Amino acid sequence: MKLTLRVWRQKNADAPGAMATYEVDGISEDMSFLEMLDTLNEELILRGEDPVAFDHDCREGICGACSLVINGDAHGPERTTSCQLHMRSFEDGDTIDVEPWRAAAFPVVRDLVVDRSAFDRIIQAGGYISAPTGSAPEAHATPVPKADADFAFEHAECIGCGACVAACPNGSAMLFTSAKVNHLNVLPQGAPERETRVLDMVRVMDEEGFGGCTLTGECATACPKGIPLPSIAAMNKEWLRANRKAPRRG
Amino acid sequence: MTYLDYEIGAPIKDEKAPGGPVAERWDRRRFEAKLVNPANRRKHTVIVVGTGLAGGSAGATLAEQGYRVVQFCYQDSPRRAHSIAAQGGINAAKNYRNDGDSVHRLFYDTVKGGDFRARESNVHRLAQISVEIIDQCVAQGVPFAREYGGLLDTRSFGGVQVSRTFYARGQTGQQLLLGAYQALSRQIAAGNVEMHPRTEMLDLIVVDGRARGIVARDLISGEISTHFADAVVLASGGYGNVFYLSTNAMNSNATAIWRAHRRGAYFANPCFTQIHPTCIPRTGDHQSKLTLMSESLRNDGRIWVPRARGDRRPPHEIPEDERDYYLERIYPSFGNLVPRDIASRAAKNVCDEGRGVGPGGQGVYLDFADAIRRMGRKAVEEKYGNLFDMYERITAENPYEVPMRIYPAVHYTMGGLWVDYDLQTTVPGLFAIGEANFSDHGANRLGASALMQGLADGYFVLPSTINDYLARAPRSEPVAEDHPAVREAVTGTRDRLARLLAVDGDRTPDSFHREVGELMWEFCGMARTEEGLRKALDRIPRIREEFWRRIKVPGTGEEFNQSLEKANRIVDYLELAELMCLDALHRSESCGGHFREESQTPDGEAARKDDEFAYAAAWEFTGGAPVLHKEDLVFEYVHPTQRSYA
Repeated sequence: MKLTLRVWRQKNADAPGAMATYEVDGISEDMSFLEMLDTLNEELILRGEDPVAFDHDCREGICGACSLVINGDAHGPERTTSCQLHMRSFEDGDTIDVEPWRAAAFPVVRDLVVDRSAFDRIIQAGGYISAPTGSAPEAHATPVPKADADFAFEHAECIGCGACVAACPNGSAMLFTSAKVNHLNVLPQGAPERETRVLDMVRVMDEEGFGGCTLTGECATACPKGIPLPSIAAMNKEWLRANRKAPRRG
Repeated sequence: MTYLDYEIGAPIKDEKAPGGPVAERWDRRRFEAKLVNPANRRKHTVIVVGTGLAGGSAGATLAEQGYRVVQFCYQDSPRRAHSIAAQGGINAAKNYRNDGDSVHRLFYDTVKGGDFRARESNVHRLAQISVEIIDQCVAQGVPFAREYGGLLDTRSFGGVQVSRTFYARGQTGQQLLLGAYQALSRQIAAGNVEMHPRTEMLDLIVVDGRARGIVARDLISGEISTHFADAVVLASGGYGNVFYLSTNAMNSNATAIWRAHRRGAYFANPCFTQIHPTCIPRTGDHQSKLTLMSESLRNDGRIWVPRARGDRRPPHEIPEDERDYYLERIYPSFGNLVPRDIASRAAKNVCDEGRGVGPGGQGVYLDFADAIRRMGRKAVEEKYGNLFDMYERITAENPYEVPMRIYPAVHYTMGGLWVDYDLQTTVPGLFAIGEANFSDHGANRLGASALMQGLADGYFVLPSTINDYLARAPRSEPVAEDHPAVREAVTGTRDRLARLLAVDGDRTPDSFHREVGELMWEFCGMARTEEGLRKALDRIPRIREEFWRRIKVPGTGEEFNQSLEKANRIVDYLELAELMCLDALHRSESCGGHFREESQTPDGEAARKDDEFAYAAAWEFTGGAPVLHKEDLVFEYVHPTQRSYA
């Protein structure tokens, strides 16, 4: 395959950026999208140009590092991560736009690489169960109904890639935040911190500059792990419940 | 002088494991170890490099205990360490199934599975701790698979006959890692852990014979910085990426452990690498990495190839009696569940015979047709759905209808920095945990044991043993920036990076990585011969020489520069590769994942030579030919036998 790529190039966070056009040839449909970019980068290096910077690591769809907006869609046309997108999804002669995640809370580091540390700070605000090592009771002491365990797992699958934020017209992080809140709040182990968790995480999410949610649903459509849209409603319910309970706790 | 002129040095011995019954050693060690008064812990700083299962759990636990932790990872977030990609599960001797499991059986299976090249004391401790890990993870909210009654589900896993593997669909590593990451996040928020993401360790600082800090590079700004501590913990993972193609993440690398090796930490059993039998075959030269399919698939999938060589018919046209279910045929009692090294080698053998399937004949079928008939498609979907989806995404073939094609790939490295029972390396104050050390898996790791070891080391072992070091170490003065050892480490790092940028040659970093990787796969991969290893040992120094003449790294050192990161890691692979080949050459026996063609039984199984090689090979770096220190392995409980899975 022969392709025309239009790629966002930006030297660093402060420099202005622009789209640059490149031609790539000899692309096999078995290549992953990132292997296609590898091919481009090998050529750029030999030509003495700076290769295109992009985040990637496991290349099997689980680490959440890769983060490309491809033809306007977070992670491109298939419902998967950028690294698991294959060139068989494109046609010979296509022109493909490749951009970084676009969101106020994710500043560009270089080219296609953005800073997603705001996600870490949301987790630090309460996305955990306080269980210091050594304090755990026997694992079977507390049975968890299978339906609850499955619900927790479904939300725990989030890989923290940020596609939800990139896809949202408001740059909202509601789906990311709700995934963790729902994972932990449904479990009996998570119950003691149920209220503080949701209140603190939502507060930090707002402080980090993510936008509000207007339920456009783009996040759930872009999510490579299929975190469901009702996750947001469930978190709103947790948040309201926590706010009602908060004054009573004094 | 070449590596072949290596010398035999003084034997090395673990001095920390107490004697007495193996089941009581861990208790005794914890009792005999000195403690650090809780009020004094704040005064001690511990550096942890890496945030995978071992590093993440260690950082969180040390901080909970009151130590000041400074932690590093090259990824943009500690949540992305490659432990996240582990699929299958985690072993624990809970015996919830009442199927005859026990701590002793897990201990026995691990020593035997490791082909009698692991230390009994360490392995027994691992088996003991396994049960606490499950408790800990459940308390953190790790969503393990559960039965309808609300209790935890388990399954059996490659190489064992009990059902002791806990799992979270095909994403067990992800869920366990997120548990550790969340515990770590809590400590970061509490101010007990100072976290440095996108920062890579490039050298170890040793002052007066003790590990006192690291040199690191900020991957965004390129700034070289120094960090000091009372102890340094390396949790930087394995070195499988030496092979270029492996199931490791693209940026997983050996720099932290190799630089520590150059500073005096012995490197043990570098040739012990695990080739995982169930990976997706490569599709062409563009391949950048390989993807593993959890070997839990072998519980229900049946592995076969055509009986006839060169049979190019599509699988559904090959009748039952013209198929060779070779694992079931050769190993009737374990069948498709034989340990990884055996399954991998068997796949290589049938492909070498010309019976492989798929492009280039480098693949075998893993067929679920019988499982779908027996359990129904829905049950298969429930168990393996996400793995089937992943396979289909990569290959565009539907495994519910067409058998999967699999082929072995480099997956895990059992070798690593030599550590004693306390997980301390030969450099006082330098500890290595998780895949970065060599300790528990011998010559072959059993499935679902890597997660167990990473978390055992990080949550339970290191946080106990490091106390003893910190309590006994002389009260150390702060290290001055202008100390000669610091200046030397910083200057060395700067010079190395500057040299890489200055060559301005005509070959990319990847081209060198690929070249050394292909060489290693051919001569130091699934089957090794003296002739091949000598060839590799001859070639590697020449590749290295060419590297320093022709490497091209664009850009500068003072910016985000992924080519520079890559090239700098290849510098270390080009040295480590040579030590791996030397280790493989000197060990002229076969054991576990190390198969020397010269040493096999009449029916083609690995033949150990216990009289000559019942030791761990710990190599000392000298700058020239290395020095080999042998740690004799003593088996008091599990007596070495020829492994038999027939």
